[in-house]
Amino acid sequence: MRKLRYVFVIGAAALVIGSESCKPKNAGTAVTGDAASKAYVAPGKYDEFYNFVSGGFSGQMSVYGLPSGRLLRVIPVFSVDPEKGYGYAEETKPMLNTSHGFVPWDDLHHPELSQTNGEIDGRWVFGNANNTPRVARIDLSTFRTSEIIELPNSGGNHSSPFITENTEYVVAGTRFSVPPDNANGDVAINTYKQNFKGYISFISVGKEDGKMDIAFQLACPGVNFDLSHAGKAKSHGWFFFSCYNTEQANTLLEVNASQRDKDFIMAVNWKKAEEYLKAGKGKKVAAKYAHNTYNEKTHSATSEIKTEVTVLDTKELQDICYFIPCPKSPHGCDVDPTGEYIVGSGKLAALIPVFSFDKIQKAIADKAFEGNFDGIPVIKYDAALYGEVKKPGLGPLHTEFDGKGNAYTSFFVSSEVVKWNIKDLKVLDRAQTYYSVGHLCVPGGDSRKPSPKYVIAYNKITKDRYLPTGPELAQSAQLFDISGDKMQLILDFPTIGEPHYAQAAPADVIRNRSVKFYKIDENANPFVSKGEGTTKVTREGNKVHVYMTAIRSHFSPDNIEGVKMGDEVYFHVTNLEQDWDVPHGFAIKGAINAELLIMPGETQTLKWVPDRVGMFPMYCTDFCSALHQEMQGYVRVSPAGSNVPLMFSTGKNLPAAEPAPAK
Amino acid sequence: MLITIVCAALAACGGSNSEPGKNPYVQDAGAPKKESNGNPSYDPNRGEGKFTHVDVTPALNAAMADNGQRIADVKCGSCHKTTEEKLVGPGWKGVTKRYTAEWIMNFVTNTDAMLSKDPKAQAQLEICLVRMPNQNLSDDDARALYEYMRKNDGVK
Repeated sequence: MRKLRYVFVIGAAALVIGSESCKPKNAGTAVTGDAASKAYVAPGKYDEFYNFVSGGFSGQMSVYGLPSGRLLRVIPVFSVDPEKGYGYAEETKPMLNTSHGFVPWDDLHHPELSQTNGEIDGRWVFGNANNTPRVARIDLSTFRTSEIIELPNSGGNHSSPFITENTEYVVAGTRFSVPPDNANGDVAINTYKQNFKGYISFISVGKEDGKMDIAFQLACPGVNFDLSHAGKAKSHGWFFFSCYNTEQANTLLEVNASQRDKDFIMAVNWKKAEEYLKAGKGKKVAAKYAHNTYNEKTHSATSEIKTEVTVLDTKELQDICYFIPCPKSPHGCDVDPTGEYIVGSGKLAALIPVFSFDKIQKAIADKAFEGNFDGIPVIKYDAALYGEVKKPGLGPLHTEFDGKGNAYTSFFVSSEVVKWNIKDLKVLDRAQTYYSVGHLCVPGGDSRKPSPKYVIAYNKITKDRYLPTGPELAQSAQLFDISGDKMQLILDFPTIGEPHYAQAAPADVIRNRSVKFYKIDENANPFVSKGEGTTKVTREGNKVHVYMTAIRSHFSPDNIEGVKMGDEVYFHVTNLEQDWDVPHGFAIKGAINAELLIMPGETQTLKWVPDRVGMFPMYCTDFCSALHQEMQGYVRVSPAGSNVPLMFSTGKNLPAAEPAPAK
Repeated sequence: MLITIVCAALAACGGSNSEPGKNPYVQDAGAPKKESNGNPSYDPNRGEGKFTHVDVTPALNAAMADNGQRIADVKCGSCHKTTEEKLVGPGWKGVTKRYTAEWIMNFVTNTDAMLSKDPKAQAQLEICLVRMPNQNLSDDDARALYEYMRKNDGVK
């Protein structure tokens, strides 16, 4: 019955769109009658897809349900998050450590879901920090950041975190070329050509545990690496990176990096690089980078500073890298599900070049080179080109695929999504976006097996799409149904930060793996209290450790005395609940490091340094039961040198130990 | 299906003293009768849940009771005293005399369903006003806890 109705709806949509011969002129005419029912997910029903959307300058990653556009979660990754206590609790602070120290806010651009055999496997999603270069791995059983690795020799980790088809590697290509970390960086900026290099990192990912490690870095010519995608199927073993500023300009790039008619897509034979690595051709060089991991058993993160990285020099070691000319400052670099077609998108171009993997291989075998760039062979454009999509629109940026032989490309300048056929390079459909679309997402659209039900446009400009909220507006995403021949706009939904790339996966791949609570028996936090009987307050010099439990609806202990000025107090709060969705919060007045949020079975620690003598209330910040408002307690702070003994209790309304004040 | 899984889990950890492939807590003959609308008829002495029959020996299984105490310390002690005194929830003294083993074990493993259905559980909720949390006890945990409650009630 449902299927029948579905067919009818599609038919109706096709009729409606088919009867419209011209482009919609405004938002009103862009939406056809059954859009609401297509995006409607009834209360209590689940969405069909998870959508992982970059939070851009928020530094986080958001998770939406599709087709409803409902926000399900914001995963803290590269920024502190007061809602979750991430970066505030002592346990999570090390996650944001870098070789520069604690970085509380970064810029996350691209989510990438892990794959097995080129299909989304629902285990992890990766994200890149653009400013202080890092890659994060988020575990999709907990929707928490499990690991973050910093990248040496890099500046602006934009060309990242794209993966190979079995998640063997996640890559990170530097946007800013810089002098290597172990060289003297104190050089004149206009010595770019001599001193600046572009580094590309291949981070290995543990097959079972996902653990990341920089397997090797490729030292490449100094240009700006922009985006990338791995080869797949027949082209597995290769990686493709777009690059611009082959002019090697160091100032006013807007003009100076737009001089050449063509920049490059760099093809990397990473299997070859692995061979060189095995043969001992890598050079170990000094570096300094942080590697942070979160342990789900101890509920604690650790940060390790690493001091060495292995570098392969692509100028010395032949056959790893080849440049392919690509028109007008290429941005997106996307590989179709068959692995044969590589789509480059020149930001300033009015065409889309499509390269052929087979032709690239032949060109390399035939040495069909037009010369070299800084020691790297440059393949002749025509020797690599499959063909060009003519007059598709203005300013192509990114392309996703439907697995049915079609591609969807975003056009920033002309604000549209264009559907075209890969084989014959013909434009099939175009849809306006509101406004200035950047990235696109088709569920599985960069994998070998897309689920081509929707394409989502992530727009750079919102303007009048929503009720105004002052100068700063929510960002805007638009959902198009692509199950028919024509794209149909069915929903606008606001997003956090700035959505750059996004990925989506069928809900079933992820939802059944979701952890509901942490088992208290498995809690290995060194400060856990397993049961109220084990709660205590101890003193080590000026450090006071409060081993505290929380359960609906009281803390134990909830009366603490004997804390003195000059003390550092650590509240180690264990949530004893063993049921889904029963977090407890913890806050104490005057804590400059805010609050905690503790999941069932978890232990989290708040550091508090009292700044004055007096009485300090503490309470649960997450409504937990009818008696949540009773979930509170007091900490008494006495002057330094006071002889008030360290005392703690719960449920003991003791008679006043001190003389009552004179009447 | 569920019963099969439970059996397999019990057999796998070797914690059960029954024959393999049989859930010691479920008696086939004692399965609840269905009403005409297909719902099981509600037995207020048994409560609602997977436990239909629990074998209880007259003498205490001391090892099991100790294990139950360990579980109680972590998961129950915040709210329940072993005396008659109410803390957040009722005191445990005499609980095994007021309720059957099946009722207790169903209540501690199927808490939400019982709180919305069972008259005795609802009466306690009206007094305590905090819904008892589901502490996700395994079948064996629930049984051990019951043995600890028996010990607390003087069974030797």
